[in-house]
Amino acid sequence: MSEHSIPKPIPQPNGDTQPFWDACNAERLIFQRCTACGYAQFYPRSACVKCESVELEWKEAHAVGVVHTFTVVNRAPSPAFRGDVPYVLALIDITDGFRMMMNIIDCDPADIAIGKSVRIVYEQRAGQKVPQAVLGE
Amino acid sequence: MMPKKAIISGVYNTKVGVVPGSTAMSLHAEAARGAIADAGLKLADVDGVLCAYVITETYPMLSSAFCEYVGIQPNFNAGVNAGGATGAIMVMQAAAMVEAGICKHVLCVAGDNRVTGMTRDRVVAALAEFGHPQFEVPYGISIPTAYALVAQRYMHETGATLEHLAALSVTHRKHAAMHPDAHMTMPITMDDCADAKVISAPLRLLDCCLISDGAAAYVISAPDAAGDTKTHPIEILGAGQGHTHEHIVAAPSLTDFGCKQASQRAFAEAGISHGDIDVAEIYDSFTITLLVELESIGFFGKGEAGPAALEGALTHGGALPCNTHGGLLSFGHSGAAGGMFHVVEAVRQLRHEAHSRQVMDAELCFVHGDGGVLSAHCSLILGRG
Repeated sequence: MSEHSIPKPIPQPNGDTQPFWDACNAERLIFQRCTACGYAQFYPRSACVKCESVELEWKEAHAVGVVHTFTVVNRAPSPAFRGDVPYVLALIDITDGFRMMMNIIDCDPADIAIGKSVRIVYEQRAGQKVPQAVLGE
Repeated sequence: MMPKKAIISGVYNTKVGVVPGSTAMSLHAEAARGAIADAGLKLADVDGVLCAYVITETYPMLSSAFCEYVGIQPNFNAGVNAGGATGAIMVMQAAAMVEAGICKHVLCVAGDNRVTGMTRDRVVAALAEFGHPQFEVPYGISIPTAYALVAQRYMHETGATLEHLAALSVTHRKHAAMHPDAHMTMPITMDDCADAKVISAPLRLLDCCLISDGAAAYVISAPDAAGDTKTHPIEILGAGQGHTHEHIVAAPSLTDFGCKQASQRAFAEAGISHGDIDVAEIYDSFTITLLVELESIGFFGKGEAGPAALEGALTHGGALPCNTHGGLLSFGHSGAAGGMFHVVEAVRQLRHEAHSRQVMDAELCFVHGDGGVLSAHCSLILGRG
């Protein structure tokens, strides 16, 4: 990345998501578990979407998952991503029972397939670490 | 016979494609006046207005700005913002208002000049903002990448192929060539689709909709107002919506979507079923969008729409002539007007005014719009009455 490259978007935490992004900065992947019905909720919200309980607790996830689907992107949505093409965008099913979007980084896109295992790593963007996926357990 | 349901009394689309000198508002005004004239009404007869949104200019209160621009002061005025489902939702909303006696003639209008009014890069960047700001946008999502995620999973589960998707592209281009207002009319082949550059695998350039200047409008009139209008009234026999998510990361399924519930509700209200439909105008922002919807709605079984398309099922003489104007893939896509073009074409088919595109003796048409990433859905059943 050249010093003139345009920075990628940095997530801006809000009242719902501050604990999640703080945990990312400590390289911990956390999610909301509903204490009433047990639902694993992602992304973080103010109440459970299954049973409306507001009694949600933060749990640390096993930072591994499988590829539910993916795409190899050749047309970047903004100049910030132009230097990365082709890059991989994927939906990852975390083993704790919730789904996240990530890039699968440091890989040959030809090696990616639906159902493959990934583990979570963290990419530093200014003051915020962002979860990303790499192939392998 | 006097219709019992709300009717579509006037429709219009502007030229679609590159419209030099146009503005979002001038396109709105042309479409609005065109639809009102088509109905045989005057601007002053309109007592309700529904607008949508534009991205080329900033109008936080677009519907008010539109009324000011054309110089009307309606009794009811509001915005509908559901992406590609907007056009169908406008019909459902306007129908509810005229059937409830709140309005007599509701004007629905949308348009944008996304070719001449902004750069392609700005359009792509603006559409990327549809992603979740914290949990999608940081990863470089765009509308094509989001649909590519659906395509990859859908093809994995159903056996749909790139050739199936290409069959849809080729069929749409053939239809657009029969429409005098279409954006892209040059014929394309299966080989052109296979050779098109990959935008976001598996989707290639010819799997993606166009970006067009253009606008559309219609007038929805009360059942007892049919006598005031000059066209053959097209009845809104059924309407239904389905909403499962906005962001693809939160979609409960990548193979079944809210189009299933939306269409079931519309069919139930109309009291008819899939086999009764003569022609369908179904949202096609990408080839995969239409493929998923054809199967999720139930016109075809899982994995069957693609092979059927290869055999000509989706064109004149086939089991379900679909997107007879060329759809978003080839007729054009002008923001919220994109999904309105499907409604306009449905009305022309049911009035038997579609010239060389006419599906013989069309009596019942299924229309569907979807917004976001297969997020917001609205189905309509329209009848010649």
